[in-house]
Amino acid sequence: MPQTPTPPTDVGRYAYDAVDRTFLKQRVEQFRDQVQRRISGALSEDEFKPLRLMNGLYLQLHAYMLRVAIPYGILSAGQMRTLAYIARRYDRDYGHFTTRQNIQFNWIKLEDTPDILNILADAEMHAIQTSGNCIRNVTSDQFAGAARDEVLDPRVHAEILRQWSTLHPEFTFLPRKFKIAISGSAQDRVAARFHDIGLLARKGDNGRAVFEVYVGGGLGRTPVIGVKLRNDLPEEDLIAYLEAVLRVYNAYGRRDNIYKARIKILVQALGLDAFRDEVNAEFMAMDRNRYRLQPEVVEAIRARFASPVFEDASATSAQLAEQVKTDPDFATWVGTNTHPHQRDGYCSVTISCKPAGGIPGDITSAQMDLLANLADQYSFGELRITHLQNVVLGHVRKDGLLALWQVLTANGLGTANVGMITDIIACPGLDYCALANARSIPIAQKLSQRFSSVTLQHEIGALRLNISGCINACGHHHAGHIGILGVDKRGEEAFQITLGGNAGEDASIGQIIGSAMSEDETVDAIARIVDTYLVQRKPGERFIETCRRLGAAPFKDAAYATA
Amino acid sequence: MPLLENAQIIEDSWTLVPDDQPLPDGDILVPLSRLAEGLGRNGKGRLGVVLKADERVDALREALPRLDLVSLSFSIFRDGRAFTQARSLREHLHFAGAVRVTGHFLPDQYEFLLRCGVTQFVIPEQSDLAVWKKAHELVTLAYQPSVLNERQEGFAFRRFLSP
Repeated sequence: MPQTPTPPTDVGRYAYDAVDRTFLKQRVEQFRDQVQRRISGALSEDEFKPLRLMNGLYLQLHAYMLRVAIPYGILSAGQMRTLAYIARRYDRDYGHFTTRQNIQFNWIKLEDTPDILNILADAEMHAIQTSGNCIRNVTSDQFAGAARDEVLDPRVHAEILRQWSTLHPEFTFLPRKFKIAISGSAQDRVAARFHDIGLLARKGDNGRAVFEVYVGGGLGRTPVIGVKLRNDLPEEDLIAYLEAVLRVYNAYGRRDNIYKARIKILVQALGLDAFRDEVNAEFMAMDRNRYRLQPEVVEAIRARFASPVFEDASATSAQLAEQVKTDPDFATWVGTNTHPHQRDGYCSVTISCKPAGGIPGDITSAQMDLLANLADQYSFGELRITHLQNVVLGHVRKDGLLALWQVLTANGLGTANVGMITDIIACPGLDYCALANARSIPIAQKLSQRFSSVTLQHEIGALRLNISGCINACGHHHAGHIGILGVDKRGEEAFQITLGGNAGEDASIGQIIGSAMSEDETVDAIARIVDTYLVQRKPGERFIETCRRLGAAPFKDAAYATA
Repeated sequence: MPLLENAQIIEDSWTLVPDDQPLPDGDILVPLSRLAEGLGRNGKGRLGVVLKADERVDALREALPRLDLVSLSFSIFRDGRAFTQARSLREHLHFAGAVRVTGHFLPDQYEFLLRCGVTQFVIPEQSDLAVWKKAHELVTLAYQPSVLNERQEGFAFRRFLSP
């Protein structure tokens, strides 16, 4: 029986109906049963592990960590309050936003997990496939449905992919994890070329979406820039084509060595043409009708997203122009932390979760509650988590910016550093993670403190600094203009520096410039690298551009120069 | 070991023939390398093939109409190649016989395997059938089509799973 559609209430978010809610509750009961079978011994730890991972539960260095899915980064204010409640009730009063737009709770008890999942289900949330060798949370543009340069709102197709990949019967025991990102803007803000599959959507002649498909990108031990598999995938074949790619991967991806099990290694081993031939053979052989994505289905999903009801706010731009004249700090923040909106008089606001000396991506329960309230007040009750570990309010009237900024500033969330050197991405590192070689957080804090002067940061300009505590590269160090990689040097924590990485349309992989140094030496070396840039740059040249023009040599000399 | 089909333990009439032994009468399962030999054994029983995880389903294309069983295996439950093999047998090659899985797989994978077209499950001795039954009944909805062509729920790709 088709269900009576529930009218969508939350802006920007797919609204569940009774069927979706029942499914989540069943899934919670399934996990409760699995936990009981583990405790009774019916499941070995080895057998239980992938099952708990498929529900987002990791065993870290000191405790279980629960990673909750935030599909394509979108949260309602109510959902944010649920996360605050979980942090307060079951964790140590804080959470951590991840580079897949999810949130992690670091101090969770195994026996509490089914109850937490139940609370999440009540808020139409889950932790399904936030870990494990399956299709992970699909990421998207943090400015989706808002950005002025957008051609197509990618969240509708991201939701279609979320549903299709949820407990997929064939692709839940893949050789390795599988990450998909989707963008609907000319400017790639999702690092599409660093994903197992990156989708760039545009509008086709018939008004329906068409996708450019990139495959085989990724960071980790073997960083690879994805290659274009298809230029013109029609919307109706989106699911069928992804099925074909995943089948080829599931059948032929390596399983003998987890470090060579990602799809990028298969694409490299076969070569792009042979890989494409395999995918096409699969695509031609399959029952395309079964997987056809009809426009009615796309529109039915779209109808579950409530749209903001914008007001005529065109006069607010002039008002804002006056306000920034009188308050230079506010002007600076508006300059770095806002993004152009489709509607006149509105903008998107990025709230930095990287205060001076802070831990990138960490957020307290109180801050979560505050952000939920601000979302209700200023942005139709909608929030977005970015893959750069910040929070976005998508649709803010420009005449509300000043008051918003004042509240944020009073609560440690007003840092004007988005896109700057202290807008650092860092993995949890050895403070939490059993895989890490070094702690990422203390060096991130020292660098954040070192460059905390807003004047200095603006002098330096756009600079992406990414930190990973080990070769697995969760902090995306290869994609940073400057990257830091934690290593183990004869039992001591040490750090290598990479230069020249970039995640956008002109993606590049950062290269290691030399041997590892101690934490403090690394901080000093980065300061000298930045000084070298300031001396050597041509007018208007960003750090990455100077880096590409000059190569690594002058920066390497500076990094290893003794004072 | 017990053979599970349609939620019941059934009699296993099939004999697995090792590489070095002559083919007996009756229902026999042979490795892919002995397929031709098996097909040549006229009218003495049914024939099935054991397909290893790294063997291509395509190798059975010609022979499938004359096979009654394809047996897939899990060396360890995390190795999910059998899911794709099963689904390819059903969807690409339209195989209508029995698809069996052996080896190390979990009740938690039972529903996925059913949806990929597997019909027979060789499960460990002393298995508690209630656990398998529960694994099948706990979740009643899926978000994507499968080769079972389950009844559409009415929204998007959602399907009702059969009880």
